[in-house]
Amino acid sequence: MAEPDVVHSIEFTLNGERHEATVSSRQLLVFFIRDVLGLKGTHIGCDTGSCGACSVIVDGKLIKSCMMLAPQADGTEIETVEGIAQNGELSVVQRAFHEEHGLQCGYCTPGLVMAATFLLRRNPDPTEEEIRRAIRGNICRCTGYVNIINSIQRAAGADSREAA
Amino acid sequence: MTTSASGTDTLPAPLAESATAPAETELRTGSVGISVPRREDRRLLQGQGEFADDVWMHRQGYAQFVRSPHGHARIVSLDPRPALALEGVYAVLTGEEAKEMCQVPFFQIAPEPASRIEEYPLAVDKVRYHGDAVAVVLAETREIARDAADLVDVQYEPLPAVLDTVGAADPDAPLLHEQVGTNVAWHGNYDWGDIDWALENADHVVELDRLHFHRFSSTPLECNAAVVHWDQGTDTIRVSSNNQMPMFASMVVGPTIGVASNRLMFSSQDIGGAFGIKIGSYPQIAALALLSRKAGRPAKWTEYRTEHMLSAGHGNERVFLDTKVAVMKDGTILGFKTRAFDDAGAYLHYEPLGAVIWSQVCCGCYRLKHIQVDYTETMTNKCPTVPNRGYSRLQHLWLIERIVDVVAHELGFDPVELRKRNYVGPDDYPYETPNGCVYDSGDLPRSLDMALELLDAEGWRARQRELEHGSGKRIGIGIGSTLDSGTNNFGQARIINPDLPFSGNGEAAYVKLDLYGEVTVNLGTTPQGQSHETTAAQVVADVLGMPPDQVHVTAGFNQQQNTYVAFSGTYASQFAVTGLGAAKGAAEKLRAEIVEIGAFALGAQPGEIEVRDGACIVAGDEERMIPFIGIANMIYANNAVLPGELRDRISLNCRHVYVPPFEVPDPESKTGNLTLTYASQIHACVVELDEHTGEVAILDYVAVDDCGTRINPKIVEGQVHGATMLGIGAALYEAFEYDDEGQLQQASFYDYHAITALDAPHVKTGEIESPSPFTPNGAKGMGEGGGAPLHAICSAIQDALGPKDAIVSDSHNPWERVWRLIHSGERGEPRGVRVSGGSAAAGDSGR
Repeated sequence: MAEPDVVHSIEFTLNGERHEATVSSRQLLVFFIRDVLGLKGTHIGCDTGSCGACSVIVDGKLIKSCMMLAPQADGTEIETVEGIAQNGELSVVQRAFHEEHGLQCGYCTPGLVMAATFLLRRNPDPTEEEIRRAIRGNICRCTGYVNIINSIQRAAGADSREAA
Repeated sequence: MTTSASGTDTLPAPLAESATAPAETELRTGSVGISVPRREDRRLLQGQGEFADDVWMHRQGYAQFVRSPHGHARIVSLDPRPALALEGVYAVLTGEEAKEMCQVPFFQIAPEPASRIEEYPLAVDKVRYHGDAVAVVLAETREIARDAADLVDVQYEPLPAVLDTVGAADPDAPLLHEQVGTNVAWHGNYDWGDIDWALENADHVVELDRLHFHRFSSTPLECNAAVVHWDQGTDTIRVSSNNQMPMFASMVVGPTIGVASNRLMFSSQDIGGAFGIKIGSYPQIAALALLSRKAGRPAKWTEYRTEHMLSAGHGNERVFLDTKVAVMKDGTILGFKTRAFDDAGAYLHYEPLGAVIWSQVCCGCYRLKHIQVDYTETMTNKCPTVPNRGYSRLQHLWLIERIVDVVAHELGFDPVELRKRNYVGPDDYPYETPNGCVYDSGDLPRSLDMALELLDAEGWRARQRELEHGSGKRIGIGIGSTLDSGTNNFGQARIINPDLPFSGNGEAAYVKLDLYGEVTVNLGTTPQGQSHETTAAQVVADVLGMPPDQVHVTAGFNQQQNTYVAFSGTYASQFAVTGLGAAKGAAEKLRAEIVEIGAFALGAQPGEIEVRDGACIVAGDEERMIPFIGIANMIYANNAVLPGELRDRISLNCRHVYVPPFEVPDPESKTGNLTLTYASQIHACVVELDEHTGEVAILDYVAVDDCGTRINPKIVEGQVHGATMLGIGAALYEAFEYDDEGQLQQASFYDYHAITALDAPHVKTGEIESPSPFTPNGAKGMGEGGGAPLHAICSAIQDALGPKDAIVSDSHNPWERVWRLIHSGERGEPRGVRVSGGSAAAGDSGR
């Protein structure tokens, strides 16, 4: 049986902007982001934390937003795919996906952009094995992962070139 | 990590869409054949795509289906009142109510008696599979809708479930659809050549007892979704969904819910993968339409993953019994006969078309002359099947590759030489198959050589021989030869049911010059990652002599603005032929109109006009030119300057329907040209088996593709990668299985192991281009891939097994099955194969 809904007031930072909201105690973060905040780049692929289409970065950590409740976002800093490009300029990771044809239908892509961004922040020069491990929780049914791995390798290379 | 056997020209990628480089010389000579960067990427990379669940409508409610927990049961009672009592619930639509709102049941493709199936948008009286929908709830939020669906009180009386496709045909089996009187959806005997003669005159007959092709799905990462609004104001129904064949959906849904096709308005922009599965969402769309009508609100539905696994549609499962193969001493395979049983699941969604579609590739890659297939399609208490990447052909192609491989192993032929001896040769094209299909072009032996070279097959053979007995490991080398037939002749439906009014195929496109001379293209297709915006721009740009980034292709499909034919959509490996054929034809019409106006404006003859750089130019007199904006101005805003003859005839809005040159097949002999193009893929791989665990590790993998002219090589290669990895996933990890009561055992990504980046092997690719002589641009449809990894991995496992072990008889080979195979010889298990007529080449030409 359904329990009466409890409502929470939360404050959080989304892609650098402060927000306040009241959220239902049982609303998943992914639905809060999509249905309430209206950001449609975070996708729903499985609702069991298996596919990674809803990956976002919360307080610097890569998480699956279907595995977190919206009230738990109180006091956090959330980054979604909409915050990755700056002033219309694609990030190194996004550019690399474009150049290496690392996306087809584009549904898994925002989650993979977040996973790759998270990986390269922690490990700017990952091995192929480290890349595969970093995206093992992101399912892609179009690319066979080949060009996704190429994209992340390219982004890593570009990063080190830009840093040099 | 990808090796390309031949060089691929890749343009440097301009990242900003607006960055329109001045036309370079090479662009003027054409962009087809160049890996032009994808124009879809920019929005998709930034989360700016518009997928079905991204569409919201004013006053919408959230829909949640109530689904059967039983495989087969009678609905004793259904009480929606507890759900309606919940605050925030707008409406509940039950199966009975839905039936009352419908004019007729869904149209059936099947002939008598399966045509008597009465399927409505929701189940009535009975549920026939785990996940069958009995009601649908509309509520204020997703959460309330989910709670309310749980509150709908449904009492069931379980019935015995029918789960085996062969047993389902038994006259004593429990019936799914009583009014049909049988579970057989379709039966027919395909008989080409003279297989009895071949078996009598063969030097050897190889018999395979039972082969099983398993049930799986490409499980697009985006589940089905739709917002359906029965707009009472205009009496139209807006369907914003990710259905991939909207005209088929419209033709099935319209008569059932009593709505004319011009009032049922489908639209979609970005679709998160489909692979054929999203052809099957029309029953849900019909239910949502009725729910919207009842509630007076738009109904928004986002399918949950478990719901998708249970009910969105699976690929066809097929069993081949008593296969007999006629082989000559020199290795020539004359043909084969088999009894096929295909499992369509509980309702016929698009089926029984699969019962003929396999015959597009009846002889596979080989010159087999005598083929007999006694084909039965049955209904079982499982999720209905729908087309799934490689639809109905991959099952049959897998059978043929198993046949060739087992013949090689049993009779001692080298699997490479045996294939080459029997392949359709490079000089045989156009090659007519025993059932009248025409293979357009290809070079299978060269493709195989390229695959083996990329694999370093000789090196692996040496390592295989060196591998010590007792090491606990075995190495196997496998080959998968396959075809990806594209551009169906829908007339083949008449082989299933001669009364069906379908034949041919086609696709439509509009190309126009807009108000300020901009070029706009819109298509009848519903792309799901196949890059139609990019490749259509390439083709149109080449015709109009401009760079592709100056051609605007509208994203997605909208029935109110796009042009279409009944075949429109994106499925069955055909866009490169039909969609691009339509775009090319429309662009050529537009070019002719531009030239006429240009010639008038410049006081020249049309023959003197060159079209390039967005202008008409008098050849040899560059000063005399008029840009497209000037041409557009004369038609749109300044038409009094034109002679009446021109302004009456020319609109700069050009539609073209590409129609392939088909005739109606003959239902009697079951022959005809069923498909326009045949892309081929030859895969080769090396596996290592662990004798103790049965684990299969892929040590090396190669895919060689030949899809004729490559419009955009990088996009083609991406499709090859994707089809390869889905096939590897299906071969080793992915399967849908039911228990004895009809409970699906893999209803989430926890249990259904979709292949991940950790499982995916390195893939080397090679390419050959054998242009099709039958298509507008030499391209062939591709993308489905023909299931080559299933063939190649089974072949490699076979190669690693010993002569006393059982043959590989299942398309799905998880660890435990492989362990059983490895130990089947020592355990004295039946091998599943017999040879009569003695051992041929007697092992001395063997591996």
